[in-house]
Amino acid sequence: MIISVASGKGGTGKTTIATNLAVALGEPVTLLDCDVEEPNAHLFLKPTLYRRMDFFVEVPEIDLAKCAFCGKCQEICQFNAIGILPDTALTFPELCHSCGGCFLICPEGAVLSSQRLMGRVEIGARGPVHFVHGRLRVGEAMAPPLIRRVRQEETRDGLTIIDAPPGTSCPVVTALYGSDLVIMVTEPTPFGLNDLELAVGAGRALNLPMGLVINRCDMGDRRVHEFAARENLPILLEIPFDKNVAENYAWGKLLVEALPEWRGMMQSLFARIQQEFFAGGLGRNLETAG
Amino acid sequence: MHEIVVLSGKGGTGKTSLVGALAALGENQVLCDADVDAADLHLLLSPHLKARHDFYAGRQACIRREQCVKCGECLDWCRFGAISDDFVVNPILCEGCGVCQALCPVSAVDFPENLCGEWFISETRFGPLVHARLGIAQENSGKLVTLVRREARQLAEANGLEWILTDGPPGIGCPVISSLGGASAVLIITEPTVSGRYDLERVASLADHFRMPSFVLVNKADLHWPMAKSIRKFCDVKGYLFMGYLPFTTTFTQAQVEGKTVVEIDADLLKSQLTKLAVKLRTAVRRLDPEG
Repeated sequence: MIISVASGKGGTGKTTIATNLAVALGEPVTLLDCDVEEPNAHLFLKPTLYRRMDFFVEVPEIDLAKCAFCGKCQEICQFNAIGILPDTALTFPELCHSCGGCFLICPEGAVLSSQRLMGRVEIGARGPVHFVHGRLRVGEAMAPPLIRRVRQEETRDGLTIIDAPPGTSCPVVTALYGSDLVIMVTEPTPFGLNDLELAVGAGRALNLPMGLVINRCDMGDRRVHEFAARENLPILLEIPFDKNVAENYAWGKLLVEALPEWRGMMQSLFARIQQEFFAGGLGRNLETAG
Repeated sequence: MHEIVVLSGKGGTGKTSLVGALAALGENQVLCDADVDAADLHLLLSPHLKARHDFYAGRQACIRREQCVKCGECLDWCRFGAISDDFVVNPILCEGCGVCQALCPVSAVDFPENLCGEWFISETRFGPLVHARLGIAQENSGKLVTLVRREARQLAEANGLEWILTDGPPGIGCPVISSLGGASAVLIITEPTVSGRYDLERVASLADHFRMPSFVLVNKADLHWPMAKSIRKFCDVKGYLFMGYLPFTTTFTQAQVEGKTVVEIDADLLKSQLTKLAVKLRTAVRRLDPEG
């Protein structure tokens, strides 16, 4: 079972919901931070990281001794990652999408497999929370391959919570694809609404069930609520602005530990999710997995 | 000509509200919204649309059912799992690499160009605005960022305007990298939280990586003064020009709700702080990059 936490607009509280929900459950759960450009969940969860792996993707390297300079690899590459000149060949690994076309098409077997470092995957735990995140190497443009790698750590039978990146384009699509439910965390402001509409559009294109958490629900206007009603999106939880929350967040504290009411609030969010989307079935799945 | 790109790393720290305020306090400028997959600047500027263009980028495979002999080769080649067992391409998963099209033994694959979004030139009360809208769940946001910035530059050149003010995307990936090339300086707006600081460090080191000077502003500073001050210290150590602090205030939200920039609804302290910031920013950029 995969529950993703997304938003469209950044800074609405995705990481707060993902981390606090994971800890409040008090049972085995996998938390994947798929915001590999700016991973933040570890700053709040503070897991013990016990495994670190560099993550590479396959890129071509041309064996000049074998290359006939026919240009077929350059032609098949849609990403301009290979340049064939009359007597030499260049590769641009940072443009490569690792599709493997150049390996398949080369008649001379002159395209060799090389590697490019995309970033790092780190695995850890905190109590029953199993934690994985990716950190994109600074200067690397492509987040989706690392997001796909982090998602290989999903648990088959139990519950996986995904903290998704902001926006609505390919990193978000890669993080949300195939989720059983997306919790859209939003705020009732014009920016929040505009980006929520885009994110819900992406969710619909992916055919995903969605529910809303409205953060700082007492600031702004009522248009997010009207949108939710119009789109038949259940409002799973509303959280009023609280300076205490902001201060504890600033320090990197988990709210379920700093503010006693948050544990109950997250548990009731989970109960609401089960009732609304899984008709009580998710709890049973968790028990059999545990 | 000088281009200031506003970034943050972390989302929701106030990029667009800041760009709106700087736009209202500036003149002789072109505005550019480079956060193409969640563009919000138009909500403050009520743009009057002058021109709309389609944005085509990349391609997508499509298997012609009547010609396909179901040999299954493409299923083995496709590294993105985009082809189903009954030979239908999933447009969400298709990377646009063209391997299936180039190698299909019976040439049963079409590979048309993708309509990925649209971009606009508009007029606003603070100058022309170049903005865009990436299609739902589309790719190539980096190319669209490059396109809107190029158009903004051409518009500034054609009209002899000195400044380009660009509202950047969050993160450090492809659209952010596309928003950096050729800019005069990066203005990073952050917040005094552990995540704001962590993300600031990553986006500032990205700017370093591309040899782009960084200026740093701490928004919502009074939410956590010790953290705000530690960010200032970090900037001093790293040599990023510190631009100052802004207070946590609901005036920003109120301005959004009214569809205005914050300096249009607040005539007091906030406006004077932002005015000083705008002067400091433009002076610093001119000093760094006198020719533009």
